[in-house]
Amino acid sequence: MDETEQHRERVEAEPERSGEDNAAAYWRANLRLVGILLAIWFAVSFGAGILLRDWLDRVHIGGYPLGFWFAQQGSIYVFLILIAVYVRQMRRIERRFDVDD
Amino acid sequence: MSTQTLIYLFVGLSFALYIGIAIWSRAGSTSDFYVAGGGVNPVVNGMATAADWMSAASFISMAGIIAFSGYDGSVYLMGWTGGYVLLALLLAPYLRKFGQFTVPDFIGTRYYSRTARVVAVICLIFISFTYIAGQMRGVGIVFSRFLDVPIDTGVIAGMAIVFVYAVLGGMKGVTYTQVAQYCVLIFAYMVPAFFISFLVTGNPVPQLGLGSTVADGSGQYVLERLDATLVDLGFGPYTAGTKSTLDVFCITLALMVGTAGLPHVIVRFFTVPKASDARRSAGWALLFIALLYTTAPAVGAFARLNFVETINETEYTDAPEWFTNWEDNDLIAWVEKDGDGLMQYRAGEAFDGPPVFGEGQGASGERNVTNRWNDDTDNELYVDRDIMVLANPEIANLPGWVIALVAAGGLAAALSTAAGLLLVISSAVSHDLLKKTWRPDISEKGELLAARLAASAAVLVAGYLGIYPPGWVAEVVAFAFGLAAASLFPAIVMGIFSKRMNREGAIAGMVIGLIFTFTYIAYFKFVDPGTNDVAHWWFGISPEGIGVIGMVLNFLVAVAISSVTKGPPLDVRALVDAIRIPRGAGAASEH
Repeated sequence: MDETEQHRERVEAEPERSGEDNAAAYWRANLRLVGILLAIWFAVSFGAGILLRDWLDRVHIGGYPLGFWFAQQGSIYVFLILIAVYVRQMRRIERRFDVDD
Repeated sequence: MSTQTLIYLFVGLSFALYIGIAIWSRAGSTSDFYVAGGGVNPVVNGMATAADWMSAASFISMAGIIAFSGYDGSVYLMGWTGGYVLLALLLAPYLRKFGQFTVPDFIGTRYYSRTARVVAVICLIFISFTYIAGQMRGVGIVFSRFLDVPIDTGVIAGMAIVFVYAVLGGMKGVTYTQVAQYCVLIFAYMVPAFFISFLVTGNPVPQLGLGSTVADGSGQYVLERLDATLVDLGFGPYTAGTKSTLDVFCITLALMVGTAGLPHVIVRFFTVPKASDARRSAGWALLFIALLYTTAPAVGAFARLNFVETINETEYTDAPEWFTNWEDNDLIAWVEKDGDGLMQYRAGEAFDGPPVFGEGQGASGERNVTNRWNDDTDNELYVDRDIMVLANPEIANLPGWVIALVAAGGLAAALSTAAGLLLVISSAVSHDLLKKTWRPDISEKGELLAARLAASAAVLVAGYLGIYPPGWVAEVVAFAFGLAAASLFPAIVMGIFSKRMNREGAIAGMVIGLIFTFTYIAYFKFVDPGTNDVAHWWFGISPEGIGVIGMVLNFLVAVAISSVTKGPPLDVRALVDAIRIPRGAGAASEH
């Protein structure tokens, strides 16, 4: 059992906190996750696909200039991954704070 | 079998399927009618959302727009998919937990105000009718091209089909019909795309084909070839684009936020059993949408390349059959400027406006065009962008059954979106206006009848708009997204993420966002269309992107007003607490 798993065990074994605190802590964890994912969302679409496009276009992957690839293909793939990660992580967070449906 | 027989067969079979599903899944209660009983599997709901969202515009027009605008077309690709990230992360699970029937329901309840509810209903109806008129026109065009009937007959046939499954089945019928429609439309889109990608690059996967080399032994990449070919003809490079960075930024953001604020998309997330299912469902929806949206730029690029290489400098008398077919449909025109019998395709408009065909034929047998020629350019061709997807199978000489499939797919795309829009309109009228505003004592049976009557009336209005399309339809598509971005989206997001946001702030924000966006678009589209160009736009932001500024204004005004007025009552704060926690989303009926 490595350190992170031990840590998780401890968190899960903690006695249930009062409802109010628990809900607030759950909401903070949720906001943090959403913040990180939206930052990536912004970086791949508005960042790589639009603002930094000219700079990235100097690099090519196959026949794709990189900035053009992000704008027409790459950002869509990243959006999919973002939602998948969100679904997975939220499931964990909900179980940790015991608010899952 | 002839292509025409195959088309009748495919379209007939797909319609029989939709109607069969509608009869099997009739709505029995208002909950069935508004949210399909709330028990739809998230994968199924994702598929239905994809069909609901992908309209005739996505299926027929998008690849064509990208083909002719190159990099600038990226605003649609990122904008119409990135919105699902916002939906999944910021809206879907909370609205599902809220657990009512409509978007105005949420706004009216969260902001404890009948005014807020009515403002939301007005936004919703305006957004939805703008959209639906375009869908019905799309149905008419597909019918007229492939079934050889007048556009009006096509629109009426489409109305009849939608009437059966939207009015009878409500959300429940529409959901399962849309699943069938998704399967038809995605299959119809992918098959020709695979063929064309294989013919142009030797790689059948379009997403990879677009980054591959042209299969003629030259070793040149598709995009390189396209850039070089277009520059030779006087166009800008395909991968460069012409819009300013700020404008591209704003349009993309407006489309993303607008997508997340569109009522017929949001309401789909009310139909799954649990709040966590709403998140998963948004992911599935995006996956099913991404299949088409990552294929479209490849289809666009291949089609443009094929078009230039087969048509430019070709004698009219040697033109392929599809060219003259589309000329007969008024969507392609050629004017002979230099008397050499060859068709020159160059940058610039060959003549003023869309072609007006006169009597008789020119020297090579082409249809005479009576428009005034544009002497600034050697371009002799007019091509309507909408033909790209529809003509693709013919351009690539694909067999008749593929053409029949595309006809069925285009109809599926238009009909599924029309049905989804009809439902949000009818539920806003019967639920929000009738039940929650005018007649709170109405029985469930009476409400269901009202919902069906409202849906019937909406079908008639939609059909009318399809047969007599008012000039504004094409002009105001930006309205739908801009208004959704500037009005509904901020009100919903603040309702979930800010406990301090109150009635006064939200209403003021929605009204300011609406008025600002409406005024800006209306000014450039109607009041003074002559000034609708970069030089006159504020900071170079086009009307398509202005919803972003409207949205920012909405947020700012709402926060400012709410900070100087009384906070929301305790029960509303408790409601916000409740929707933030997924547990206890309420039982759903089994299907």
